[in-house]
Amino acid sequence: MTNLSSAPRTQTPRMRPRFGWFSDRWIAVSFLTPTMLLLLFMTVFPLIWSLYLSFTEWSVARNTREAPVWVGTQNYVDLLTNERTWERFVVTGQFVVPAVVIELVLGFAVAMLLNRKFAGRGALMTGLLIPMMLSPVVVALFWRFMMQGDGVLNYYIEAVLGVPPVQWLTGRSVALWSLVLVDVWMWTPFMMLISLAGLSAVPKYLYEAAAVYRASAWFRFRHITLPMVTPLLLIAIIFRMMDAYKLFDQAFVLFGLGGGPGRSAQTAALYIYQVAFDQFNTGEGSALGYIMLVVIIALANIFIRVLNQAKTGQ
Amino acid sequence: MAEVRFLNVVKRFSTKSGDVLAVDQVNLEVADGEFLVLLGPSGCGKTTTLRMVAGLETATSGDIFIGSRRVNDLAPGERDIAFVFQFYALYPHLSVRDNIAFPLRAQRISREEVDKRVQDVAQRLKIEHILKRRPNRLPSGEQQRVALGRAMVRQPQVFLMDEPLTNLDASLRADMRVELKHLQHELGTTMLYVTHDQTEAMSMSHRIAVMNLGVLQQVGTPLEIYNHPQTLFVALFIGSPPMNMMTCTLSEGRHLQAKVGNLRLTLSSTHRLLSQEREQNVAFGVRSEDVHIQSADRASDVMGTVLVREPLGDETIYQVDVGGESALLVKALPREVFQPGERVGLTIDPERIHLFEAATGKSLLAAAEKAG
Ligand SMILES: Nc1ncnc2c1ncn2[C@@H]1O[C@H](COP(=O)(O)OP(=O)(O)O)[C@@H](O)[C@H]1O
Ligand SMILES: [Mg+2]
Repeated sequence: MTNLSSAPRTQTPRMRPRFGWFSDRWIAVSFLTPTMLLLLFMTVFPLIWSLYLSFTEWSVARNTREAPVWVGTQNYVDLLTNERTWERFVVTGQFVVPAVVIELVLGFAVAMLLNRKFAGRGALMTGLLIPMMLSPVVVALFWRFMMQGDGVLNYYIEAVLGVPPVQWLTGRSVALWSLVLVDVWMWTPFMMLISLAGLSAVPKYLYEAAAVYRASAWFRFRHITLPMVTPLLLIAIIFRMMDAYKLFDQAFVLFGLGGGPGRSAQTAALYIYQVAFDQFNTGEGSALGYIMLVVIIALANIFIRVLNQAKTGQ
Repeated sequence: MAEVRFLNVVKRFSTKSGDVLAVDQVNLEVADGEFLVLLGPSGCGKTTTLRMVAGLETATSGDIFIGSRRVNDLAPGERDIAFVFQFYALYPHLSVRDNIAFPLRAQRISREEVDKRVQDVAQRLKIEHILKRRPNRLPSGEQQRVALGRAMVRQPQVFLMDEPLTNLDASLRADMRVELKHLQHELGTTMLYVTHDQTEAMSMSHRIAVMNLGVLQQVGTPLEIYNHPQTLFVALFIGSPPMNMMTCTLSEGRHLQAKVGNLRLTLSSTHRLLSQEREQNVAFGVRSEDVHIQSADRASDVMGTVLVREPLGDETIYQVDVGGESALLVKALPREVFQPGERVGLTIDPERIHLFEAATGKSLLAAAEKAG
């Protein structure tokens, strides 16, 4: 049998190309290697190394000459029994949920308004998308500038509305909402863009059938528009949620590492930074990072399950 | 129930690349209870015509009547029509039952009455077993029935259907043709039905209106359209295989004669030409079943050579080269067998020929003779 199958090969000798060593396989390997090495050192190694560190007591600043001390699950036990850790996650949730919900509702509403032909639509769209295209640090910087006690925001609030100024950055109960405001300003356009894509993909004949059979505006929204765009909206929500959950830059610029008045706006990401790079408790910081990762993976999984259900129409 | 009338209806779309005249001066009357099929190639303006009746498109000019009401300015929901869309347009997140009940719900009809009517329709369409399902997971044949159910449940004045069978597979389509025809007969509701499929048009309709490039070509019963096409377009569009079409010259002797290549045909005295001028440039048409093939030794109008034989079971189609511009298609009974390459004789039934003015495409044969 083997003879039979190998016979044709020996009978028709292949021409040896001039650059014989330059085979397809060689090209594939040579193109992939740099990327693989980079990935290995920049992503895979830190991932594994930090997982190891999360089970040790070690500081990248203080213990440079000593080996990490294995402490088992001690870091995790400490963190999960520490009330402060839970507070950070609660604060993060208090930021993520309102921010994403407001972005969704606002973005969808604007998309509904924009989902028709009118003069200047293109220009308006471009204008609305600008916040999303800016660097988060830049956005946070100019909001910090506007939100200062005697900033432009308070000036208008007093002059136009005639109400007392708001302590955007220093009020204990306001700080987190200021963070929400900045995030909404920046990311509502994203929700709008995705909503618009969903809306324009709803087949027109569904609305025509609704017109022929006298469906109310509410019915059209509830039974045509909403079911058709829901899957796309869920994807947008997953994106935004994951992104907002690890929010660092805006919070850092607005409030610093401490997270504003009484830590009221210290998100989980800020806290990790504080533990790992301010206090230089590298082991504990790594453990915190892994806790965050597990939480976000769990959340994303729940949403993806909901998404699949929505797609198949239950 | 009501008739539908079009009076000089024109629809022009203005697009970036210029105006499109989609429907050009259509005058048409669909009688009360009639099943009329609007037939034409894709892009000829059928859908646009239908959508104007539904109110999904507004006529650029002209009037559309449903019964005695001029409906041009009425919203779709006020026209008392039902529309079946090519892609069914069912509400994906409502059950089949709610989809069908929907047009009634908008009318404040009592619950018992709604339930009864939905049950009725479901029974008639044999979809009682899927009433609780969601339409988007049903096979297209059943989605189609649900769409029909939604159209029927309100007992509208007119059914408007836009290629409702196009997305079904062939055998299902044949079944649905019969069923739709039967349904329309039972309900007696006026039906305006759009298709590009001549089999659908021929088999289901009372009358066919053939359209091309936005212009109504001919309106008549299926047999009138088939036997007496009034334009070159209708002659070529209807019938399978398509009608043989050649250029011919007419000459006058004792009788009028048509000369097609080396074929000389004396027109029967029953044919009277519309035009008195003797056209030099005339299209001569004859259907494949009106040409008879026989062995070469019999007296024939013209001799030829068999090029291709296509046995179809109930009949056989021959392509015969008669030395003209293109080969003639001839339908024959399967028991007469001629081999490719064989010399054969052809005779043409002079009563069954068609003559068209090549320039305008209009039939040259007098309308008076066409009744048969
Ligand atoms: N909304 C529209 N805008 C511009 N042109 C259109 C529109 N709808 C249809 N048309 C044009 O009108 C012509 C007739 O279209 P249609 O009625 O859909 O044809 P059919 O249903 O016979 O295939 C086509 O040339 C088509 O391109
Ligand atoms: Mg069409």
